[in-house]
Amino acid sequence: KKSPPPPPLPKLGKVGSKCACGLGSRERMADSGSDEVAVIGNTDLTAAEEQNNRNNTDVEKSTPLLKKMEISVSEAEKRTGKNAVNMQETYTVYLIETRPVDTITEGQNPAPDSLWRRYSEFELLRNYLLVTYPYIVVPPLPEKRAEFVWHKLSADNMDPDFVERRRIGLENFLLRVASHTVLSKDKIFFLFMTQENGWKDMVYETGFQAKADSRLKALNATFRVKNPDKRFTELKHYSDELQSVISQLLRVRARVADRLYGVYKVHGNYGRVFSEWSAIEREMGDGLQSAGHHMDAYAASVDDILEEEEHYADQLKEYLFYSEAVRAVCRKHELTQYELEMAVQDLTSKKLQREELATGTVRTFSLKGMTSKLFGQETPEQREAKLKVLEEQILEGEESVKSKNSECDEYVKNAWLDIDRFKEQKNQDLKEAIISYAVMQISMCKKGIQVWTNAKECFSKM
Amino acid sequence: MDTLNSETATDSAVCSTFAKAAPDFSRQMLDLDEDEDLEVFSKDTTLTDGSSFNASMPTSPSSMINQYKFEEEPDTKDIFITVDCPESHVTAIETFITYKISTKTTRSEFDSCEYEVRRRYQDFLWLKGKLEEKYPTLIIHPLPEKFIVKGMMERFNEDFIETRRKALHRFLNKIADHPLLSCDEDFKFFLTAQAEELTSHKKQGPSILSRVGETVRAVAASVRGVKNRPEEFTAIGDYVETFSQKMIVLDKITQRISKEQKEYLEEMKEYGPVYMLWSGSEVELGDSLKDMANCIDKCCRETEEQVNALSENVVPVLHEYVLCAETLKAVLRRRDNIQAEYEAKNDALANKKSDRDSDSDLSFVFGGFLGKNPEEAKQQKQQKLDGEIEELKEDIEKLEDKVECANSAFKVDWERWLKSMQGDLKATFLNMADTNINYYEKCLAIWESFLISQKNELSVENGRGYS
Repeated sequence: KKSPPPPPLPKLGKVGSKCACGLGSRERMADSGSDEVAVIGNTDLTAAEEQNNRNNTDVEKSTPLLKKMEISVSEAEKRTGKNAVNMQETYTVYLIETRPVDTITEGQNPAPDSLWRRYSEFELLRNYLLVTYPYIVVPPLPEKRAEFVWHKLSADNMDPDFVERRRIGLENFLLRVASHTVLSKDKIFFLFMTQENGWKDMVYETGFQAKADSRLKALNATFRVKNPDKRFTELKHYSDELQSVISQLLRVRARVADRLYGVYKVHGNYGRVFSEWSAIEREMGDGLQSAGHHMDAYAASVDDILEEEEHYADQLKEYLFYSEAVRAVCRKHELTQYELEMAVQDLTSKKLQREELATGTVRTFSLKGMTSKLFGQETPEQREAKLKVLEEQILEGEESVKSKNSECDEYVKNAWLDIDRFKEQKNQDLKEAIISYAVMQISMCKKGIQVWTNAKECFSKM
Repeated sequence: MDTLNSETATDSAVCSTFAKAAPDFSRQMLDLDEDEDLEVFSKDTTLTDGSSFNASMPTSPSSMINQYKFEEEPDTKDIFITVDCPESHVTAIETFITYKISTKTTRSEFDSCEYEVRRRYQDFLWLKGKLEEKYPTLIIHPLPEKFIVKGMMERFNEDFIETRRKALHRFLNKIADHPLLSCDEDFKFFLTAQAEELTSHKKQGPSILSRVGETVRAVAASVRGVKNRPEEFTAIGDYVETFSQKMIVLDKITQRISKEQKEYLEEMKEYGPVYMLWSGSEVELGDSLKDMANCIDKCCRETEEQVNALSENVVPVLHEYVLCAETLKAVLRRRDNIQAEYEAKNDALANKKSDRDSDSDLSFVFGGFLGKNPEEAKQQKQQKLDGEIEELKEDIEKLEDKVECANSAFKVDWERWLKSMQGDLKATFLNMADTNINYYEKCLAIWESFLISQKNELSVENGRGYS
């Protein structure tokens, strides 16, 4: 069940979806902010392609990819190979299978297309999406390393249970992206699932890495921004709280699981002792023996119980990681806002300089002013030249401020749309998770009643 | 010699009483039923040692009915004993705890129907010692241990006192239930005498010298070992050995489960508050998260009840049967010793006979050196030996009786104990199952009502068009 798509977003670009190669398709420039499409490379569209684009836009405007294509991550396998530093390493690859929906509904059952990807490629895809769509809360990947483990689960990445849970998490990631109105249209994403060879090169060729904001730059902006949109500040605060509380929850849950495991497993010892004891008893023997079997069953039942609970923990973990994605969106806003403020500040100071130069008054302290006072004034021609340069700069600055302003507005608008979508998704998902937890507890209680009722019957025959 | 006689006299008395006890018991019951004149009036509840004492509490019917389920004839019980109201007493020398022993009975050998006395652990030890002395081959329920080294800190810890109180209660009631032991004089004294009386009574009994002699004989007998133990006792011994091992393991397992459950509870207590904390950040989810926190807290309370029930009802019983097994081993040893004593005397008789019948004349030769007439010496020797042989034969007859009595007393009591053990352990495990079933049922109800409330919320939202 996916929430219905929000109202169609402003035109973000047209897709040349029939074009097989990654280059030359439309690419959204994240920080251009303009309504116009910035197309890199192939700027010549034939009439047919233009028509195609219009068609596709109309159709695909409100149809996420998932509706047209069945996607799954169905298997995991171990591989060995040489890594970047030419050392032998073992890693896991996951099989991505895709199949167009209409072929299935038409009654056919074609074999799905498939390819293998490893976790690092998923990471690459996600990083690309983060940079390319900074105003979107990008779905998170399952954790890189097992955290919040309780003693029975190993923290080993090669552990089959971990691999299995990761497989599910990766599938979940792909499904989330494919059902997102914006992200699902991305070409690179599509090719990730459909084109095994050369995909990596294509991603790099988009040049997204150059567009990534450095951590330092983002941190700087966070500290120095003066007037961020209040909603983003609140949202950032919320995401911090969410992260903290879910971490706490996961930690406590792991400890509780540990203890519960202990309680159940010790009961298994009853089975053995009852069996041994029953050997020397005349009347009580049968009752004891059969009760012992139920104790064994009770002890064994905890494995299933905790595996189901692990699924609940994974659901919580997803939102733990989502909180990081939300924070990223907030940070990007702070950055754009900061750059706007810087541009404004720059413009203001340049205008001030112009005024000073024009009127001859020095209102601000400047080294130039001092030196000219000490070493003589400039010639009128020099001043004229300077003024001209300043005028140009001011014009540029005004353009820059205007574009940054609209970029900022655009960003806020788009980001907030996705945040609303995310909030609704989160509420629905977490509510379902809570309900499924209750269902699990109910099932656990019913099993407990069953086992102990059976044991009681055996005891009564003692 | 005197002591031996009195012992054997007691044993035969025991034997005959025991033989009569079973049928007599039922006859006694009938008598009571028909007795219309029976009145229950409250007897004066006197202080025992004059120190701190709280006003006597009226014993409610429910407290009279022992918490410990007994297999046999609950309807025909005619003596009810309660152990409660532990109190600490401080003297110059020591501090100790006394327990109030309340007895209600319709038995004719008791002068009155109600008694209330205060006893300390030492007094219980004395009683047990006396009973073991008098009935060496009867199975007497164990007392709680003197000191539980692991897990307990002080003798005056509340939990320790409560556990001990319950065990003392069971101890007295087990004796009261025993057809033979409950008629014992010392037992009666224990239940009824004032403190001073008890102290002086304790001082009676076989002198210290005779008791030492007894111990020496017992040790000698156990060193000698029994030679011809009847197969049935060996079989019982094997059973007891295995039973003991299994009980020890069961005790360990149950205590471990209790420990794990307590730790689980501690962790669970932290779980609910986190959901509560989270609910503070959420608008839409706030109520659901609060409900979740409440559910978890409620489940915690149920877990606490479960933990307490198991600690109070299951753990102590299993532990007691570990002690029972040790008691059984001691009883079997004592039986063996009685038989060994008999065998030793038999051997001595055989030796003496062979001495008399042999022609060995080293002693005559020796006697000759001393100037005695060899014929006379031989005759004197013969006479002496004959006398000794006669004495030995008498002793052997008494010992044979003693062995017979001991064995039959033991066998009857063994069957009785087996039944009682089965009843107790069955009841305990049923209790354990019930506790757990009850726990899961309560938690089930909690989560089911939570689920309903959540689903209601969902459908309301859907109805509102939140599709």
